[in-house]
Amino acid sequence: MLTDFGSILAFLLVGAIFTAGGLIASWLLRPQRPYAQKLSTYECGEEPIGSPRVRFNIRFYVVALIFLVFEVEVVFLFPWALVFKSFGLFAFLEMVVFLAILVVGYAYVWVKGDLEWDKPMPRYTTADDKTITTIFEEQEESVLH
Amino acid sequence: MENILQLLSNPIVSAVLMALAPLLFILPYALVTIYIEMKMAAHIQNRLAYMQTGWHGTLQPFADILKLLQKEDIIPTAASKFLFILAPYLVFVGTYSSFAVLPFSSAFIGSNIDLGIFFLIAVSSLVVVGLLMSGWASNNKWSLFGALRSAAQIVSYEIPSALAILGVVMVSGTMSTQEMTHFQDGGIGQWIIFGGNLPLWQKLSLIPFMIILFLIYLVSSMAEVNRTPFDIPEAESELVQGYNTEYSGMKFAIFYLAEYANLFLVSAVVVILFFGGWTSPFGTFLSGPVWGAFWFVTKGMLFVCLNIWLRWTLPRLRVDQLMYVSWKVLTPFALLCVLAIGLIVVM
Amino acid sequence: MNLYDIIFYFFAVVTIASAAVVVFSRNIVYSAFSLLFTFFGVAGIYVLLNADFLAITQLLVYVGGILVLILFGVMLTTNVVSVEIKTGTMQTLPATIIVALLAGLLGGIVWTTDWFVGKRLSEVTSQTTSKEIGTALITTHVLPFEIASVILLVAIVGAAMMARRERSNTNI
Repeated sequence: MLTDFGSILAFLLVGAIFTAGGLIASWLLRPQRPYAQKLSTYECGEEPIGSPRVRFNIRFYVVALIFLVFEVEVVFLFPWALVFKSFGLFAFLEMVVFLAILVVGYAYVWVKGDLEWDKPMPRYTTADDKTITTIFEEQEESVLH
Repeated sequence: MENILQLLSNPIVSAVLMALAPLLFILPYALVTIYIEMKMAAHIQNRLAYMQTGWHGTLQPFADILKLLQKEDIIPTAASKFLFILAPYLVFVGTYSSFAVLPFSSAFIGSNIDLGIFFLIAVSSLVVVGLLMSGWASNNKWSLFGALRSAAQIVSYEIPSALAILGVVMVSGTMSTQEMTHFQDGGIGQWIIFGGNLPLWQKLSLIPFMIILFLIYLVSSMAEVNRTPFDIPEAESELVQGYNTEYSGMKFAIFYLAEYANLFLVSAVVVILFFGGWTSPFGTFLSGPVWGAFWFVTKGMLFVCLNIWLRWTLPRLRVDQLMYVSWKVLTPFALLCVLAIGLIVVM
Repeated sequence: MNLYDIIFYFFAVVTIASAAVVVFSRNIVYSAFSLLFTFFGVAGIYVLLNADFLAITQLLVYVGGILVLILFGVMLTTNVVSVEIKTGTMQTLPATIIVALLAGLLGGIVWTTDWFVGKRLSEVTSQTTSKEIGTALITTHVLPFEIASVILLVAIVGAAMMARRERSNTNI
């Protein structure tokens, strides 16, 4: 087992060395003529306004939280899946109970809307809305009076 | 000669050589796939793509590499330099170490650990951290938004894909990728998508659930490689290039290579899980270690082409649709499939 | 010193050095990213202890789950990322006393414990631990297995509730 993991370590090292080699090769070949404008942050040609490191929407955090719980659940199921065949129906029912308890939580977050992605709710114009002409007319009226 | 043989039998040297071998596959594979992708995209959109460099533009990928090597490497002054340089390492190392557990043939696997497929799920998390690192270090709005979206997307789709893998582990009773392939040896009818080598009635009742699991894994693997229809993290029209906006030259090339390597990786996992890995579809006919490598790469490339085809055919999803698909469609169906498979297997 | 020892010390140094960066870094994001190497080093040490399933679970849950969560958390926190957190010294005397007591306690435990010394790893048969864990979950540890599920249920409900309260406060 250790030699197998040793090969994985070799893969990690080879990956890192390959990346380093590529970067060094290009470092030898490429030009290097930096100036202030070239090194400025890219924002489609505009001067960047404010820091990009602003406060993010909490929805990313919610996704990561729910993911974590489910991932731990999956980790529990993997060793079980390896051997449950030889234990028959009992092992299956054990897993059903395990999942059933978790499905309660899943149903809870589903019903409470935590799985919804927070999205902006723009108000769309309807037939009852004032048209631009009526707005102008109203303004004209108010100016005249 | 004697010395060379002795050197090769040294476990460290052989481990390093085994670790180098997939690199020799990835580099030509990336060149070919970039070409195939451009040509397929062009023909789907009724145009020609490159025609000038060599016969039908076949030399274009080489020209691209030369160009990328010579490009100036720009590190923006606002960036966190150390993390900016570290991020491509993490992304490539995370992707490349997954190749350790791909059984290219019955004779070649980088590392035959008992937990192969489990390791594959785990090591992809290195890539997520690498993407977040690149996005944050760039200190650029597009990069940071792209990285956050990308991370949220990958973690959301990891649950359905892990559940799909769980279903296959339940049928085959092993997490080693090599044993999983041996389980499916013996022709097309033994593949897990057709129920593996279980008794006939079990096979027949497993088929529908296996097909559903296959579709779940296919969709979530497409989301994990961030390609259209799931390319919200690098949606050109809103985020320029996503997390690698600020990267140029060779660092960008590393991200690009990792993306294509990842594409083969998920396709290869589909092949290992459902389509028999390196086994020949004709049983013992055309099988053996060399034919094994041929079948593995051919099947993998078929799914790579399927991915490219879908990428250039489907429009992009919206973020909320993406989360809806993952949490409210794929996850419940995957849970139901796991339950059904469990019942069928213990019966 | 054989290869096994060299690899062990490599992982030990990676773990401790990156943990030191977590504690001493003045930038909270650097601390968070440094945790990656701490978790990775711990996973490596698990492998060296022949706990392969635990090692990969460490990678999966801590790097893939907790670290991503921490990074999201750090990036969510208003202005913390651009403001350097204070790591100066405060209340030196009480801190020194508490740390000294704690260090004495831990050192005493380390000194007096009758450590179990297992077989050398070369003598351990290449047995996978995952099947044994699976068997234990079905036979001797059924109740902990189900209780784990209840804990996860509590975690998911609690997490969702807390996040919801946060969500009503932010509108970006």
